[in-house]
Amino acid sequence: MARNASARRPGSPGWQRLWSDERTRGLIYQLLVILGVALFVAFIVSNTIANLQRAGLASGFGFLFDQAFFDINQRLIDYTSTSTFGRALVVGLLNTVLVSAMGIVAATAIGFVAGVLRLSPNFLLSRLVGAYVEITRNVPVLLQIIFWWVVLSGLPKVRDSLALGDAVFLNNRGVRLPAPLFESGFEWVLAAALAGVVATVFVARWSRRRQNESGERFPVFWSGLALIVGLPALVYWIAGSPVAWDIPKPTRFNFRGGFNVTPELVALWIALSTYTGAFISEIVRAGILSVSKGQTEAAGALGLRPGQTMWLVVIPQAMRVIIPPLTSQYLNLTKNSSLAIAIGYQDLVSIGGTILNQSGQALEVVGIWMVVYLSLSLLTSMFMNWYNRRIALVER
Amino acid sequence: MKTTLKSALAGAAALLVAGAAHAATLDDIKKAGVLKCGINTGLPGFAYTDDNGKWTGFDVAYCRALSAAVFGDPDKVKYVNLTGKNRFPALASGEIDVLSRNTTWTFSRDVDLGFTFLGVSYYDGQGFIGRKALGIKSAKELDGASVCIQTGTTTELNLADFFRVNKIKYEPVPIETNEEARKAYVAERCDVYTTDASGLAATKTTFAKPDAHMVFPEIISKEPLGPLVRQGDDQWADIARWTLNALINAEEYGVTAANVDKLAAKAGDNPEINRMLGTEGSLGAMLGLRKTWAVDAIKAEGNYAEIFERYLGTKTPLGLSRGLNALYTNGGILYAPPMR
Repeated sequence: MARNASARRPGSPGWQRLWSDERTRGLIYQLLVILGVALFVAFIVSNTIANLQRAGLASGFGFLFDQAFFDINQRLIDYTSTSTFGRALVVGLLNTVLVSAMGIVAATAIGFVAGVLRLSPNFLLSRLVGAYVEITRNVPVLLQIIFWWVVLSGLPKVRDSLALGDAVFLNNRGVRLPAPLFESGFEWVLAAALAGVVATVFVARWSRRRQNESGERFPVFWSGLALIVGLPALVYWIAGSPVAWDIPKPTRFNFRGGFNVTPELVALWIALSTYTGAFISEIVRAGILSVSKGQTEAAGALGLRPGQTMWLVVIPQAMRVIIPPLTSQYLNLTKNSSLAIAIGYQDLVSIGGTILNQSGQALEVVGIWMVVYLSLSLLTSMFMNWYNRRIALVER
Repeated sequence: MKTTLKSALAGAAALLVAGAAHAATLDDIKKAGVLKCGINTGLPGFAYTDDNGKWTGFDVAYCRALSAAVFGDPDKVKYVNLTGKNRFPALASGEIDVLSRNTTWTFSRDVDLGFTFLGVSYYDGQGFIGRKALGIKSAKELDGASVCIQTGTTTELNLADFFRVNKIKYEPVPIETNEEARKAYVAERCDVYTTDASGLAATKTTFAKPDAHMVFPEIISKEPLGPLVRQGDDQWADIARWTLNALINAEEYGVTAANVDKLAAKAGDNPEINRMLGTEGSLGAMLGLRKTWAVDAIKAEGNYAEIFERYLGTKTPLGLSRGLNALYTNGGILYAPPMR
């Protein structure tokens, strides 16, 4: 309306007409804001670069190819003190991924069990689980990490290690386990295990089809166990046990041989999985409660046992409510793993911090941290969204 | 929308002004009325809190002397406690004006990180401490041992070098602060703890039974410790450097906290002392400070010897002898350039 009025006004110059036009004016404002923001960002960037240059801090990622000259105690890939900074970062990234993956699996298991038990009609059981949830989720996770680390440091000293058959040793420096050394012939065992898994999938599909058609049931679990565990075991025996064990032997200070699970990893793992598990259990509980009581009653009327009702009727429907918030918990767990530095678990942040200190490349290292955590989170989200779509209710 | 634009422009303008107002460090300190000094998070002898909760120690004494040189008052210091890891970003970003936190002077820190080391206040070297019950006499017997270290220090690098060169294996147990590393060692999470020999002596005093532990004879590195400032402000670096030199020269010339006032009252027989204390020449003016800058610095905690003996010396729990840190005239290598 305003546009029509101004357009009709006689004798007004063009720019003034434009200015009185509400839409054009809005456009000009927006352009100015964008220009302002762009200038602001450009200023920040150029100012940072200028300051870095004045401080004599060369920027760029060339330092990743310099030698690190420090050691790392938990390495999933080969690394020595003469490897590069870049390789050290990869070692740290793998340590982060390891503890996150272990934590996600354990937290999910704890969360589902605790969530179901919290709804148990058994008063004692549900209250005990309630106490666990309220205690763990209301204490800062950093304190819990340190708590478990202190608890583990109370394990026997290395010279009084608890030994299990002279092969497994437990002390306050971790659990020392025999390490498998694979010899030729082991590839057949692996192939057998793979074949077992594939065969089990086929058996399961066939059994489901048969049950749908005839109602007859087939013991899928036991046949699967025989195929996945029994078959490789048989091949292992036929191939003449192609695995030697590197048994840890006590030396003056520690144990030599085998591999060591450090107390730092275990403390971090326990703390992260119990903490996140408490949150997940509440999500699971909410999910189960969201399934209407009629479903349970209908399942009961069909003659399903309570366990079957839970796992075949309630949980599949509850999953639709559970999955989206569960994704957030997985992301939280991954990011919380960066608290590892408090107890000296050498994750991405810990090793990145050392590199930052030795090379002085603060901006670059912080940038790498952000990109890595962002990528890990996006990957987790992508997977969970895919899974969410898969289990989503298909409207027929 | 208008307000968004206005605040964005205001923000940009504020940043421009902040960027332009980057004056000399001395002016900034005088304007703030306080010297921001980076020190350890807690290391007996070097930086610790006394019974009244005040920071004190060898490194703190330097901060106080510098504050006295600038303000004429040793108490105008704001202490910023820093770990091995965040000390350099703190100095580079201007969060502190000077870092006095037993920091090793190395090539890459001086050249690549963009700092200026002011001199050496303590000649140190890295050693190991272990339980006597281990029954070993030398660090070279540590094959397979677990070693507690503080991360982000030269210690971590020296350790890797030492074990690589001697072709022996170890498990590093990296910990963020000295205090936690000490706890891990006490809990026998590791067999030995490694840091600078002075730090080992300091840490040993905190054990329940100090006699059950021994410092191994190997010193595996050179660790010249000293204060440092940001590169690029030579006036400030000069002030900080010559305050340290004045404390060392004061010991050489026999100027102490007790007699400095008398010596500064009028020019005496020794022209070096006269120039340092401002009764002759104009060294203070050259630095942009008062005539009595060195008098005040020495009055703060005494000369180098007094500071050393008070916090680290044989009469303290640390019980460190002067060793390399004696004056060159007494068989050590402590040597400050002349005040001329």
